[in-house]
Amino acid sequence: MNFSKSFRNTFLVILLSLIVSACATKKTTTKVEGQMQGDVYTGTDTVKYLAEGVPDRVFFATNESILTTKSRDTLRKQANWLRENSSINVVVEGHADERGTREYNLALGERRANAAKDYLITYGISADRISVISYGKERPVDSGSNPLSWSKNRRSVTVKAN
Amino acid sequence: MIRIFNLTFLVFLFLVTKANSLIEIDITRGNLDPLPIAVSPLFQNDVSKKNSISELKIENVGSEISSVVENNLKTSGLFNPLSKEAFLQKPDIAHLKPRFEDWALIKAQALITGKVTIENKKLKVEFRLWDILAGREMMALAFTTVPSNWRRVGHIISDKVYERLTGEKGYFDTRIIYVSEEGPKTARVKKLAIMDQDGFNTKYLTLGNELVLTPRFNPTSQMVTYLSYFKNLPRVYLLDIETGTQEVVGDFPGMTFAPRFSPDGKKIIMSFAKDGNSDIYTMDLENRIVERITNHPSIDTSPSYSPDNRFITFNSDRSGYQQIYVMKSDGSNVKRISFGKGLYGTPVWSPRGDLIAFTKLHKGKFYIGVMRTDGSGERLLTENYYQEAPSWSPNGRVLIFYRETKSNDKGEGFSAKLWSIDLTGYNERQVQTETDASDPSWSSLLSN
Repeated sequence: MNFSKSFRNTFLVILLSLIVSACATKKTTTKVEGQMQGDVYTGTDTVKYLAEGVPDRVFFATNESILTTKSRDTLRKQANWLRENSSINVVVEGHADERGTREYNLALGERRANAAKDYLITYGISADRISVISYGKERPVDSGSNPLSWSKNRRSVTVKAN
Repeated sequence: MIRIFNLTFLVFLFLVTKANSLIEIDITRGNLDPLPIAVSPLFQNDVSKKNSISELKIENVGSEISSVVENNLKTSGLFNPLSKEAFLQKPDIAHLKPRFEDWALIKAQALITGKVTIENKKLKVEFRLWDILAGREMMALAFTTVPSNWRRVGHIISDKVYERLTGEKGYFDTRIIYVSEEGPKTARVKKLAIMDQDGFNTKYLTLGNELVLTPRFNPTSQMVTYLSYFKNLPRVYLLDIETGTQEVVGDFPGMTFAPRFSPDGKKIIMSFAKDGNSDIYTMDLENRIVERITNHPSIDTSPSYSPDNRFITFNSDRSGYQQIYVMKSDGSNVKRISFGKGLYGTPVWSPRGDLIAFTKLHKGKFYIGVMRTDGSGERLLTENYYQEAPSWSPNGRVLIFYRETKSNDKGEGFSAKLWSIDLTGYNERQVQTETDASDPSWSSLLSN
């Protein structure tokens, strides 16, 4: 009897603390929410511009190389800009976050850079104007060890080559 | 087949140790009770001491060598070197004939004694290993070499003692090649570095002008294959350590990475990435013929041969996530072997052939573990915030890997260090390096 009572009390305490901590987590996610959707970075902190209104980079979910709607939008802007500036060639750099083994991340970075390259090609940019390089997890832009920092580092960046 | 072999091997060892001495060390289990051993300073006479100072700028190379031995035996986790202050017998007398009662009194079960002379620019070392309980000599050996080799002599003595008392080859006369790291996380400068297994004699093989990653020794430990971003073209390179000659491996129109030698030293196996797809290739070092081993739209990387060259283990995400696979060395009979929860990477075949070591990521933690080559018997040896890339000691008893610490939101507090752990999961230790370090690769035994 006593046992079950104390058990119920502990249970209540645990339940209460869970509710409290749930509130706490909710708060932090809302704070980050402005900058992340799922675990894809949507902020502008690290973004540079190839030209007025043409962001240089797109972001990826963990272990993914799928282009989001926003990424495709950015890449169409890059394609338009590349069409207007036909003398410019670019390098697409692929990057991964620090939470993966080095060799796999090199391959993943290459896969991400090629996802961006392929999209530029479908929008009419000639393949010989675009080269790719993967840096894996070797060149993070944000050196923090937290989900937001990692999301900024999972990226492909289009850089002028000439 | 392999299991039967192991069993007979153990029985054989057991009989040998029973027949020859009272001392035995079982290295197949975690050793929580290391063997008490007395390492007497190697005796050196006054003439030799003078020569030692002029040749090496070291007053007593005899005690320096014994310190090397002591440190090696201690870090193996199998031995407990006793404090020299308790020793009752002088080194020279003990080396002739130890008074076993005196050594038994301080609870030593084994004793190492020896003598060093430096004459005519030659270093001569003799040593003996004694069984205190049985009251007799177990081994006596002598070496002659150039004086500057004195640390290696210490490592060779350690290997001989380890082998005599455990029945297996040691791993002390070996080197580690690794990537030295300096500077902030966002602009890390990386160089190839090589050092003795105990952290001494560090040499830098590149200047840090370009990013270098994942160096690995060839079977004779004279060549290294690694990834360099020279001229911003990530390619696999081959480096001759003695001559410093470097060459790019093969002529690939894209990134090559994750290189390793085949155990016969004849080929380099690596990944080649093209159009977003990484597959595994080999290049024959003699005739330069390139062969494609895998052909799959997924990422195939981190290949490692079995010691008999017949199989290859590798990392692939063809199931949707990173898992470990094994195939025949011609690329046929691909089988997935990792089925536990989480992601698996960096498989590397044990030099004994029976196990594959790996990195595992599960619920935000990284593990170094081992499994049998069919994927059964998974054992996780160590858990941490971040660690990966195990490399086997040449006797297959110890793994070296690198571990990174978490940074705060400002990026402070980050470090990368080398660590080692026994196959038993015991005896986890940081390996000293001059700078931050990653991607370690263990050489073969140099004195064999």
